[in-house]
Amino acid sequence: MLEVIVFSTLNGLLYGLLLFMLSSGLTLIFSMMGVLNFAHASFYMLGAYFAYALGLHIGFWPALFLAPLLVAVLGAVVERFGLRRVHENGHVAELLFTFGLAYVIDETVHLLWGSIPVSYSAPEALRAPLFSLFGTDYSIYRGVTMMIAILMFVALWFLLKKTRVGLMIRAALTHGAMVGHLGHNVPRLFMGVFAFGCGLAALAGVIGGPLLSTEPGMAQSLGPVVFVVVVVGGMGSLSGAFYASLLIGLVQTFFVALDVSIGDLLNGLGFAVDPYGEVTGITLASIAPMTPFILLVLILIFRPRGLMGELEP
Amino acid sequence: MNKSLSWWRPVAPWAISALVLVTLPLVVAGNGTFSIINVVAINIVFALSYNMLLGQGGMLSFGHAVFFGLGAYGAIHAMNLIGEAGYDGHGFWAFFPVYLLPLVGFACGALAALVVGWPFCRRAGTAFAMITLGLGELVAAGSQMVPTVFGGEAGVFSNRMVGPVWFGLELAQPADVYWFMAFWTLVAVFAMWAFTRTPLGRMSNAVRDNADRLQFIGYPPRNLRFLVFIAAGGFAGLGGGMAAVNYEIVTPESLGLLTSGLALLMAAVGGLAVFYGPMVGAILVTVMNSLLSDYTDASILYVGLVFLAVVMFAPGGLGGGIEQVRLAWRRGDLGAHLPCWLGGALAVLLIALGLVSTIELVYQISHGRDKLARLLGLEPDPASPLVWLGIITLFAAGYGVARVSGRYREARA
Repeated sequence: MLEVIVFSTLNGLLYGLLLFMLSSGLTLIFSMMGVLNFAHASFYMLGAYFAYALGLHIGFWPALFLAPLLVAVLGAVVERFGLRRVHENGHVAELLFTFGLAYVIDETVHLLWGSIPVSYSAPEALRAPLFSLFGTDYSIYRGVTMMIAILMFVALWFLLKKTRVGLMIRAALTHGAMVGHLGHNVPRLFMGVFAFGCGLAALAGVIGGPLLSTEPGMAQSLGPVVFVVVVVGGMGSLSGAFYASLLIGLVQTFFVALDVSIGDLLNGLGFAVDPYGEVTGITLASIAPMTPFILLVLILIFRPRGLMGELEP
Repeated sequence: MNKSLSWWRPVAPWAISALVLVTLPLVVAGNGTFSIINVVAINIVFALSYNMLLGQGGMLSFGHAVFFGLGAYGAIHAMNLIGEAGYDGHGFWAFFPVYLLPLVGFACGALAALVVGWPFCRRAGTAFAMITLGLGELVAAGSQMVPTVFGGEAGVFSNRMVGPVWFGLELAQPADVYWFMAFWTLVAVFAMWAFTRTPLGRMSNAVRDNADRLQFIGYPPRNLRFLVFIAAGGFAGLGGGMAAVNYEIVTPESLGLLTSGLALLMAAVGGLAVFYGPMVGAILVTVMNSLLSDYTDASILYVGLVFLAVVMFAPGGLGGGIEQVRLAWRRGDLGAHLPCWLGGALAVLLIALGLVSTIELVYQISHGRDKLARLLGLEPDPASPLVWLGIITLFAAGYGVARVSGRYREARA
């Protein structure tokens, strides 16, 4: 039991940190521009695929830096020539634009790399065990991933709180027009934040690709979960996104690890039900993919502003 | 305006549609064609019901397929009941004809919307979009866990040739199903059009445009949204009932995000602001999906690109474009606008040609075969610089035409 708890916690933290890398960019973009970027997870997928394609030629480590940069440039292009154009037609048009963009990116990936998973994996040296607990190995790569995620978190915090650019971004979050009046180029700031957010998502893809699997469905399976994180954490709240990421990561991992059915739980609570019935026989592990959405619906009904949000969406 | 024609104007669209529906089987033949037409009919109803939410009520939903799918499930289970009751020969279902199954779908869709809708309708906008997204994912994932109702991965099968037969119309071939589809599409489209004329339909436009003001006047926006949500869910369920009869199988896929996205795609491509817009979009997207997939593996990509182009360059959609031309024609200044519009269309055509060639060439490089090029009798060689030069010329020409026609418009203004 202790083994399950320790490893579920470690894996849940890792998954949560990956989610946070995605959702931090999304929530920054949302709070600045008011647009929920539907294609965000597609940029995450592009990160993984770019790293795979580049890694074939230049190796894992250079690709780790180059792929997010490339995706960030792509994000800047999308913002400058797509989103900015649509902006004048309102938020629904922007949402539709990013929705269509997700469609196009997903299909392009299908077209270029096929519909079966590509063999994108961590370098040989990193697959060795970092430590062993209860006879199960924890690979170096997982440790490195967690390190990168934490480093990114610290860097993001430093950028936002301690630098001049961060000051401008924080000001533009709440008083965009005023920052513009003071002579700063707000559209360029928007473009920068959009590119930065896409780059973060791509970084999550680069390090997450070998852990999860690199296939054309990866954007579609993770995208909705990232939205849930942003909404549950509170739209536009970075710290909210952080806690929501960890919460969802841990809940999902623990549900998968627990070999208990609904009937077992009810029986434990003193009800007498058949633990193998159609509904009562459903295991918690099979509910795990649904937990984020249950959380989302509950949060939107009972606390629409999210865990840490200040405004209702 | 000619007075003697004024009675004709409101009737004309319906009379012409009915005429087209009646004459269509005389013109086309083959079960393949009828299959596509039947899918078009289903999608028209689905897209229009979606537009009741987005275009008329201002509610962007990512979970509309839930009601479509639940309607389909309701109808297919009813179809199975009819089949079973047919052996006994008594009971309610023994006398229930398959033709009325869309009504069962309507009831299921509306009921589902009634049950889940109230907490969703508090806010429109992003909150509504997110909560419907959550609902869609939740229902799609949850349906996998209850195989007795949803049939697991494989779905629920049935047979539509059961129950009482009316007018000698056995629903055997797609060509027979056509009459069923034509009837229900006409009924549903008319009902949804009539809905826009009711006070509730008008109020749903008001709730889209200015919810706060409506609240001041004393109409709670939430109640209005809820009523519209139920109606839209009902019509989506009706479309689902039509789909159940058409395919004789319903899978959990029909509840998921892809199906919801399809409704959004069709409605937005066709145009949200015009009533018939989603119908145009449904026809275009369905035909593109079913015809292109025979010739190219990038068919979904093309649909996505069309959607993206519409959102970026023609926010009114195709229906908006048609409406613009029609208004100009009625005003009598079509001739003045035409050069600009034709120039724009030519630019779009050139750039589209360039894009299609690029995509097909890239596909040929990565997969080594290309059906579309062979269909046109071409054997392009991706290694030859001439081919790429041609593509660049297409793009440049398209851009040039767009610039010239833009300048022409400015010069006139």
